[in-house]
Amino acid sequence: MSDLSKLETELLSSIANAADEAGLEEVRIGSLGKKGSVSALLATLGKMSPDERKTAGAAINALKDVVTTALGERRSVLKDASLNARLASEFVDVTLPVRESGVESGRVHPISQVMDELTAIFADLGFSIAEGPDIESDDTNFTKLNFPLGHPAREMHDTFFFQPDENGERKLLRTHTSPVQVRTMMSQTPPIRVICPGRTYRCDSDQTHTPMFHQVEGLVIDKNANLGHLKWVLEESCKAFFEVPHVKMRFRPSFFPFTEPSMEVDIQCSRKNGEIRFGEGDDWLEILGCGMVHPNVLRNCGVDPDVYQGFAWGMGIDRIAMLKYGMADLRPFFEADVRWLNHYGFRPLDLPTLAGGLSA
Amino acid sequence: MKFTLSWLKDHLETDASLETIVETLTRIGLEVEHVHNPADALKDFVIAHVISATQHPNADRLRVCMVDTGDGVPLQVVCGAPNARSGLKTVFSPPGTYIPSKNITIAKGVIRGVESNGMMCSFEELGLSAESEGIIEVPDDAPVGTRYIDFAGLNEPVIEINLTPNRADATGVHGIARDLAGAGLGRLKDRPIKPIPASFACPVGVKIAPDVAELAPMFALRLVRGVKNGPSPDWMQKRLTAIGLRPINALVDITNYLTFDRGRPLHVFDAAKVKGALTVRRSHGEEIVALDGKTYKLDDHTLVICDEAGVESVAGIMGGQTTGCDESTTDVLIESALWDPMTIARSGRNLGIVSDARYRFERGVDPAFCVAGAELATHLVMDLCGGTASELVIAGAEPKRDAVIDFPWSEVKRLTGLVVTVEEMTRILETLGFELSAKTAERVNVRAPSWRNDVEGKADLVEEIMRIVGVDNIVSTPLERDEAGIPKPILTLLQKRTRLTRRALAALGLVEAVTWSFISKARAEMFGGGKPELALANPIAAELSDMRPSLLPGLMAAAQRNADRGLGDVALFEVGQVFKGAGESDQRMSATAIRRGTAGPLGRGRHWSGNGSKVDVFHAKADVLALLAALGVPAAAVQLIPGAPDYFHPGRSGTLQFGPKNIIGYFGELHPRALEALDVQGPMVGFEILLDDIPAPKAKPTRAKGKLELAELMPLERDFAFVVDRTAKAADIVRAALGADRALITGANVFDVYEGAGIAEGKKSVGIAITLQPRDKTLTDVEIEAVGAKIVAEVGKKTGGVLRG
Repeated sequence: MSDLSKLETELLSSIANAADEAGLEEVRIGSLGKKGSVSALLATLGKMSPDERKTAGAAINALKDVVTTALGERRSVLKDASLNARLASEFVDVTLPVRESGVESGRVHPISQVMDELTAIFADLGFSIAEGPDIESDDTNFTKLNFPLGHPAREMHDTFFFQPDENGERKLLRTHTSPVQVRTMMSQTPPIRVICPGRTYRCDSDQTHTPMFHQVEGLVIDKNANLGHLKWVLEESCKAFFEVPHVKMRFRPSFFPFTEPSMEVDIQCSRKNGEIRFGEGDDWLEILGCGMVHPNVLRNCGVDPDVYQGFAWGMGIDRIAMLKYGMADLRPFFEADVRWLNHYGFRPLDLPTLAGGLSA
Repeated sequence: MKFTLSWLKDHLETDASLETIVETLTRIGLEVEHVHNPADALKDFVIAHVISATQHPNADRLRVCMVDTGDGVPLQVVCGAPNARSGLKTVFSPPGTYIPSKNITIAKGVIRGVESNGMMCSFEELGLSAESEGIIEVPDDAPVGTRYIDFAGLNEPVIEINLTPNRADATGVHGIARDLAGAGLGRLKDRPIKPIPASFACPVGVKIAPDVAELAPMFALRLVRGVKNGPSPDWMQKRLTAIGLRPINALVDITNYLTFDRGRPLHVFDAAKVKGALTVRRSHGEEIVALDGKTYKLDDHTLVICDEAGVESVAGIMGGQTTGCDESTTDVLIESALWDPMTIARSGRNLGIVSDARYRFERGVDPAFCVAGAELATHLVMDLCGGTASELVIAGAEPKRDAVIDFPWSEVKRLTGLVVTVEEMTRILETLGFELSAKTAERVNVRAPSWRNDVEGKADLVEEIMRIVGVDNIVSTPLERDEAGIPKPILTLLQKRTRLTRRALAALGLVEAVTWSFISKARAEMFGGGKPELALANPIAAELSDMRPSLLPGLMAAAQRNADRGLGDVALFEVGQVFKGAGESDQRMSATAIRRGTAGPLGRGRHWSGNGSKVDVFHAKADVLALLAALGVPAAAVQLIPGAPDYFHPGRSGTLQFGPKNIIGYFGELHPRALEALDVQGPMVGFEILLDDIPAPKAKPTRAKGKLELAELMPLERDFAFVVDRTAKAADIVRAALGADRALITGANVFDVYEGAGIAEGKKSVGIAITLQPRDKTLTDVEIEAVGAKIVAEVGKKTGGVLRG
């Protein structure tokens, strides 16, 4: 039996000393393979007497088990070691920069973002989005809106005109989005709830004016909409838009040809270090004009002012974008400077929703 | 509209503070833009007496003065003014006083070794005049220690109102006072104006030409003989100066004064310079030198006042120089007239004259005050300049507005939600001058006062009541939803597509720009536009003259501007309107993008993992196809035709269409000539598509997506390489291959395109990998070979391609 224990010692030593999986496989073949030392011993069992076989068989099989177990354990150790060695050799510098994905580098313009924010707010109140052409007639931009011909209020609009056509009529670039209100009233039956965002034009250009800008107007026509409702809509929508818990608004009587009574609205704010904050402070900032739709406008658009009534308001999209997001100047909105767009623009998936917060 | 506080108090009996008055004005719709008190900056300056002035021991030009400032203890002050002398009364600023014109604060100091405790000041230092010689000299009886602003009457706030165009009545201080009285701030001082008895008949006749009778309804004229014209009195000059008007002489100042006092512009002619009778008529292309000294060429529609010598005054806008009043005037003709507002507005605009008279006439002055205005002016002329007055001749007559508004009291609540008692509404309307009659608990007949030409209907009366009651009292009331339940979707297909396009293009790494809707004519023409109907008649600049037919030129120019700042690798997009004509349906919604330099989709610029390659046509194609996929347009439905309009590279561009009659857009490399014309450097690629032209998806009865069928057997892939003409289209090879067996072949992918050694000149090799999807049993080698043969035959038939040997 000393041969067996010697063989066991030899084999276990060879297993322990196997440097790699190939060396270990050699030991396995040399021991447990067809011609291996342990297999050879097992082959001798057939020639033994049953008694001999009983004792010798048990001993040889025990040796086989020991060797098999040792081989398994050693193989596992060597496999780990070789994997570790491979992994160590596969090191890369993960601090190297990667390419930006589009989702990271793309931007949505603040005007588009603000339009989407307004859509989220007003869709919830059942308002649709009404749109119309930029090139309008004098009739829809002025006359239907109760601007008398030659009235100074027309002059204040700095209108861009086109050359007169063969009938002597000259089209113009809309100076406000109010013609969309006219089109809506003429084509729909009340109740009406729409907001009209869009591009508008006035031939005026200086630090705070650009010849092209964006407006959003709102219109509600039904049988009982009054200034109390208007106030509520403006307060609620301003709170939602500016994402502040409170806004304080100041309504001042004013004049617009298309509303009567008319009001201008200031919003309370604080100005510190060039930053404007709403819902605090003791400054007032003019933010929009509004009023009850003038009976003449209703009549001009085929709505009976003694049956229906309603209100309208309008404000600058670029302006409220500046107020909310802190751009100091209007002109860069239209200059397509990628440094400005990267800074003030919005990431592609910054989708404004009421559920998730407009800009949070 | 500007006025001073004391001027207001001439017309309004009130105890209200300036602050209350200002707040109330804004609250009732007369928005206060500024309140400026010139005295704010000058409150520390006091009257002082120079007790003695001696030569400074160390400086020839300086004097050492002992000055009594009213404190009892004389102060030593060093002064450099030549007129600093003993006995002089002047203006003194103690240490700590801020000197506005010099932007310094006076401190105690030592000047050339002599202590000085303040400064004696000039008009220049107080900011009251541009230059001055020496320190201010005030009369000897000026009380020492008194604030100079109080002594000089400078302590007077000037209120400036941003007047809305409807409020002609508030172009005069009197009208503003009436509104404040209506708001409960005091009592309007409404003094009756007594007619002046005629001492003689007016020797100058007036005639209104019949064709302008409606545009010039009334013209009142009076001669005042024997006046002595000179400077107007101090109080009048101070008020005019305070609101920014230059005093000229008493007669002219009176007309300016009443313009602001009553909103009643007047004109004075020097009677000695007027020849014969006056006629009001239209101009006939004459010229006139107006009171501003400028010569104006008149058209054929301007209302003018003429004498026998010709045009002497532009009606309602500005008088003429020839017949103007000066110090030598002894006989003055006072004119008070009414003019059609629209005519005055148009003439004023055409002539480019901005005057206080035009400002009021184009808004509409009070027709009932035409005669009263003439009487009031005569009183002032006779008070200030003496003289005797003729009778008042009047041509035409006051136009009467007899409109009575049948006003249901409930209208206020209907439109504003305000609950106001009938008593309060009555009080407000009556205080503002409205006449009420046939009043019941339900309604009332209302006649607007003559000065409120803006009040036409019920809504106007509601506004009057609302602004006086206070807009702040309107209660915020929730706007109920039209329909109960969860709001329905409200966006149109185009609106949804427009929004989605922005997000999709941004997610491709493109940056959204918003560029001008107008571009130069040359650029418009180059990009398919430039129609005369889309050219602005009054562009703000030559490069912003025509409505854009395409967003490409705006984006290309923007890319170049960025490149000029060192940011050459830019990828921009815009989603916005383009104009194919001036009609409503000619305005379309375009989605356009460009990439410049190495701003491809896989990364721009140099990078350790591989540098960004120059942008090419396939980047633009990838962008537009990604967009169409994001919009849910099935790729198979879109046809791609090589070539595009001539601003694209003819061999590196494509057209996207749903059939030849519905082209939705183009992509490609921009044409080198287009780049050159825009002064833009490439490489630059881009696409443009019209979102309106993408067909709407078919309406489906349910939202279910259709059954998913998954094959159980493994697909297999076989490669083929075809040699075809160099100009053959890969898409045709793929289509032919796919068509060889529609049941079995589920994919064909171009994995290689090769030209060069081994391939004949003018030919190319296109390698495609075909995917075969067995359905119910594994394919045998024979079956696979059979499909392969069909593919080779079909590609050969459709493209002339042969299997590469």
